[in-house]
Amino acid sequence: MAFLKLTFSKNKRDKLAQVLWILNWVSVVTGILLFSMGLFLKVEINKRVELMAERDIQYVPNMLIAVGLIACAINFLGGKICYDCVDTTKFLRWKLILLPYIMCTFFFTFCVLVGALMCYSMHGELEESLNLGLTEAIRFYKDTDTPGRCFLKRTVDLLQIEFKCCGNNGYKDWFQIQWISNRYLDMSKKDVLDRLRSNVRGKYLMDGVPFSCCNINSPRPCIQQQISNNSAHFNYEHQTEELNLWMKGCRQALLEYYTHIVQSIGLTVLITWLFELSVLTGVRYLQTSLENGLRQGDLNSESDGWLLENGLMETARINLNIMKNIGKCNQIDTANNGDPNIDVPSSSIAH
Amino acid sequence: MVLLKIKFTQQRRVHLAQGLWLLSWTAVIWGAIIFCLGVYLKMELLRRDEVMDNTEIHVVPNILIIVGLASIGTNWVASCVCQDSLDATRFPRWKVLLLGWFPVAAVLCCLLISVVVLSFALQGRLEESLKVGLRNGIRFYKDTDVPGRCYQKETIDRLQMEFRCCGNNNFKDWFEVQWVSSRYLNFTSKDVKDRIRSNVDGRYLLDGVPFSCCNPSSPRPCLRYTLTDNNAHFNYEYQSEELNLYSRGCRQALTDYYMELMNSTGPGVLSVILIQMSVILGMRYLQTAVEGIMALEDPEGESDGFLLEKGVKETMEDLKVKALIMLQFRLVDPIATEGSSEDADLEKAEKEASPTPAS
Repeated sequence: MAFLKLTFSKNKRDKLAQVLWILNWVSVVTGILLFSMGLFLKVEINKRVELMAERDIQYVPNMLIAVGLIACAINFLGGKICYDCVDTTKFLRWKLILLPYIMCTFFFTFCVLVGALMCYSMHGELEESLNLGLTEAIRFYKDTDTPGRCFLKRTVDLLQIEFKCCGNNGYKDWFQIQWISNRYLDMSKKDVLDRLRSNVRGKYLMDGVPFSCCNINSPRPCIQQQISNNSAHFNYEHQTEELNLWMKGCRQALLEYYTHIVQSIGLTVLITWLFELSVLTGVRYLQTSLENGLRQGDLNSESDGWLLENGLMETARINLNIMKNIGKCNQIDTANNGDPNIDVPSSSIAH
Repeated sequence: MVLLKIKFTQQRRVHLAQGLWLLSWTAVIWGAIIFCLGVYLKMELLRRDEVMDNTEIHVVPNILIIVGLASIGTNWVASCVCQDSLDATRFPRWKVLLLGWFPVAAVLCCLLISVVVLSFALQGRLEESLKVGLRNGIRFYKDTDVPGRCYQKETIDRLQMEFRCCGNNNFKDWFEVQWVSSRYLNFTSKDVKDRIRSNVDGRYLLDGVPFSCCNPSSPRPCLRYTLTDNNAHFNYEYQSEELNLYSRGCRQALTDYYMELMNSTGPGVLSVILIQMSVILGMRYLQTAVEGIMALEDPEGESDGFLLEKGVKETMEDLKVKALIMLQFRLVDPIATEGSSEDADLEKAEKEASPTPAS
């Protein structure tokens, strides 16, 4: 008893083949779309690679690029096959390839689904990577004379200006590290020496932030120094002041930005997966109906098409047996006294 | 004597019509591109409207937009004429329209040339407009509580960060203006009182700049207060410090930006002028060739195509006479209609009376 059987006349088969040809070309376009989205994500991640610690986030855009290219190739071949299926003589050329093609495409659609799920699972890795990366970047902000880190100050400043954020979690992150290099500190001054002695590690800590934390929308000229000291500035209360600096942390800002991109990409990949699956179903019906037509001997008459020859449970059992027997042909058959070289006549009841 | 006469066989006429049809569709596409360029330029100018004092420079994108639209229409008509030109029954209806088409196309070419000239000539006006606009912007920077000016601070900050510039000519413009609002000044403090008394207008002036002047590429955290005092900061020399703030003035930055934008539209406009002129020439040849053929009543034969029926001088005189007749007709007609009819009678009598020259 076949699974989801449908009857196809010659006309219906031809129409199905033509529709599938067009759909395969649409799938090629979606494959190109997947490829370009993967490329876009890769470029966006590489733009801020200095702010991300080493983590496995490059897998996602690489997977999308690979899936996009393979989708183009598979659907291009599928389009060619469906175009030829209308003509009997040309179909015979593809007869042997059709079933392996369908099985390959079926496993490929799994890859597409995995790609979509990877997009959604990237969130945790990304957050950790950004957390570590931003902490390091803020710590090395002052090292503009160290080769390899001399552009980190510029990167962090431009990041805070562009994404309207300050520090890792908030502006108070800047209070805990020394972001002014010792080259610009006058070590002969009492004030500087006091600050250096005030903490265990001898760092010059201050309740001030870099200029890139300043909020453009503030009605007041930016207050960057002595932020927690209310009496240092006229008409200022640091607990209620919200417009002076950017309140959001850069980790959250970047996470929101990348999550937005990745979620839209994930949605598109899911839709592409559903589309590929439906095209695959159509191709399977076309294949089975053409083969049944061949078996009947007359391709111009009606024939049945189905998804599986036997029901779901039957097919599962058959495949399981096949897999078991693959394992068995290498094992020694110990049923007949162990030694396979001795020809033991079967114990039949003779005479 | 005909100007630039070319003989057109049937084959040549067909080729001319086909080539001209392609060329006029190319001109339509270029017209659309010019229109888009004009819209883009206008939008860019409108974005920085707040730091410009007048809108004289807007004449450049306005002309580009008008010319783009007119060029699309004109060349589309040209392509329709080309399509109908080889069909003797359909061509006559375009005859009258063609009389008006040539002046319109010529005016378009002139407008395009004027755009190129204007975009160079208006540079000075643009700079003036920016100078006044930026001066006002810097002066009203502190007025974030005055309705109508409350976004001036945000505009100037955004501008300085985006164009990497500071002040009007340079950062010293900020030293001459009070950019900290009096709301945030502690008038009981000695320092504030000293500063206010130190100048005639009673303004709080300081040698400091807003944070948006800071250069992110500087290796040192930004210094923006007491800039002229070398002792106020460690290892700092005001005269030789270049990376701390943006050294360019915003007027220069904006002028450079807009000049670059307008210059980059230059090649596009020049190629449109060339294409339009070739369409005009081709259309004139096609018109004269097809009209010649229609006069001969032999659709397969040869005909002459020319630019002007008589020489340049004669054509100009003809046009002058025609224009004068039209003008005179308008002037004389309401005043002395009887006089002119009398003259006409006299002329008739003269003609009848004068003896025919006997051979």
